[in-house]
Amino acid sequence: MLESTDLAAVWLTLKLAGVTTSLLLVLGTPIAWWLARTRSWWKGPVGALVALPIVLPPTVIGFYLLVALGPNGPGGQLTQALGLGLLPFTFAGLVVASVFYSLPFVVQPLQNAFEAMGDKPLEAAATLRASPLDAFFSVVLPLARPGYLTATVLGFAHTVGEFGVVLMIGGNIPNETRVVSVQIYDHVEAMEYAQAHGLAAGMVVFSFLVLLVLYTLNPTGRRK
Amino acid sequence: MTGIQARFHLVRSGFSLDVDLELPGRGVTALFGASGSGKTTLLRLIAGLERAPGGQLRVNGDTWQSGGDFLPTHRRPLGYVFQEANLFPHLTVRRNLQFGLKRVAAPTRRVSLDQAIELLGIGHLLERKPDRLSGGERQRVGMARALAVSPRILLMDEPLSALDLARKQEILPYLERLHDELDIPILYVSHAPDEVARLADHIVVMDAGRVVAAGPITDTLARLDLPIRLGEDAGVVLDAVVEERDPAWHLARVAFPGGSVWVRDGGHAVGHHVRVRILARDVSLALTRHSGTSILNTLPAAVAEIADDAHPALALVRLNVGGSPLVARLTRRSAQTLALAPGQLVYAQIKAVALVG
Repeated sequence: MLESTDLAAVWLTLKLAGVTTSLLLVLGTPIAWWLARTRSWWKGPVGALVALPIVLPPTVIGFYLLVALGPNGPGGQLTQALGLGLLPFTFAGLVVASVFYSLPFVVQPLQNAFEAMGDKPLEAAATLRASPLDAFFSVVLPLARPGYLTATVLGFAHTVGEFGVVLMIGGNIPNETRVVSVQIYDHVEAMEYAQAHGLAAGMVVFSFLVLLVLYTLNPTGRRK
Repeated sequence: MTGIQARFHLVRSGFSLDVDLELPGRGVTALFGASGSGKTTLLRLIAGLERAPGGQLRVNGDTWQSGGDFLPTHRRPLGYVFQEANLFPHLTVRRNLQFGLKRVAAPTRRVSLDQAIELLGIGHLLERKPDRLSGGERQRVGMARALAVSPRILLMDEPLSALDLARKQEILPYLERLHDELDIPILYVSHAPDEVARLADHIVVMDAGRVVAAGPITDTLARLDLPIRLGEDAGVVLDAVVEERDPAWHLARVAFPGGSVWVRDGGHAVGHHVRVRILARDVSLALTRHSGTSILNTLPAAVAEIADDAHPALALVRLNVGGSPLVARLTRRSAQTLALAPGQLVYAQIKAVALVG
């Protein structure tokens, strides 16, 4: 039922979500750690900035990223100076946009996990000769595992589900920026409801399974 | 140079701490005081878990803090026992114990894992996770974990305060073993006079962020001018030796410098060192030696000092029993009736003596 262009879109979407989620786990960890531990005045503004994509229309994010990464924007000038060319309408550009767009969905679960942990495990580790970095890997990461699972699933799923940002900054280039949500839109535009159904139903099943995994592995509230 | 020299000044909102202390480099030193007196903060400052800029700290000749130099906690050769054990929930007991052990360089290991396990009697718990342990077991694992890093000083923050009476009784013998078998100084934070009486050799009494008394436990507890009121717990602690045992009556006579008392036989052999605690409320005074009384222990003593107790009806009397102190509590009316005055010879009638280890 799925055409090869559909499969290409599915593969591209999974690749985008995978790369984005991996980057976000690496970038989000220090941000979440800082937000969870700082007593700085900057905690409020930085936290609000990270959370912005939750409330902003994706088109707004896409629009500003398009401007910033365009030939006259600061980001565009930087990528050109680095010899990377321009990012809009490329896969790399989509990754950058997705990282911004899904940032809160990774940072917030991690921040919650770090905050819930408190100082005590770190203090115990310090009195047992573990340096702060050692303690982070030997104590904090294992204790924050449920937070990482939530962050991974939400970051991945949210990236799979993006549409507005992709349209603004990625356009609709097969194998480059045409992800599943865009492909569905194209099918509907072209009155190809059967194909649209195939992909759309796939998205419903995928989303349900993702959330099922999340709620099964990470029960909130009652302990096993 | 052994011992601990600590000078800290710390101001927080609603709390200030100001201490300049010299603590002995051996035995158990109790940091004693009510909650909010700063005793836990002082312990955390010594551990480096709390920072007081400008503080000075030397432990056994090593400088841990001075001027701008601050040795981070993980580089201080200490063991720390937390109030509620603070075990790593994701690790089994064995892995909890190994956590510190494997981070200590092999040449500086003086306590083996087996020793720590044996000392705290936790061999049967090794494969359990902390959430499968009772409160008392958790605390014993916490102590073994602290010992497994071969610390040169052991810091304990109210290790019994979160436990009920039965669990306390379960742990106290292990604490006494630590005291007897470890050749390292132990700083023990507590607000419980009975724990202090049982475990401490030295005591630092804290109140409102300041040290109000410090010294050997026998001398310090016998002081009548302590600014904190011990109330029903006022009394003395004496180090004694079992001199004879009377199997017919299950009694033992324990001697301290200047006298001896009969106590319930605790099963200790003759020659064994024990500690007895005599509460002020259990000591009454008479001008002549009475016969026809159920009181087993009557000691001749000299009145050293008389002071008011917290309640206006009561007075505390410090006695000298051949060099050892004793404190008696009586009503001020009795004190006047007997015309007590320093230097006077009296008989101290001791209603109860507790063997505390």
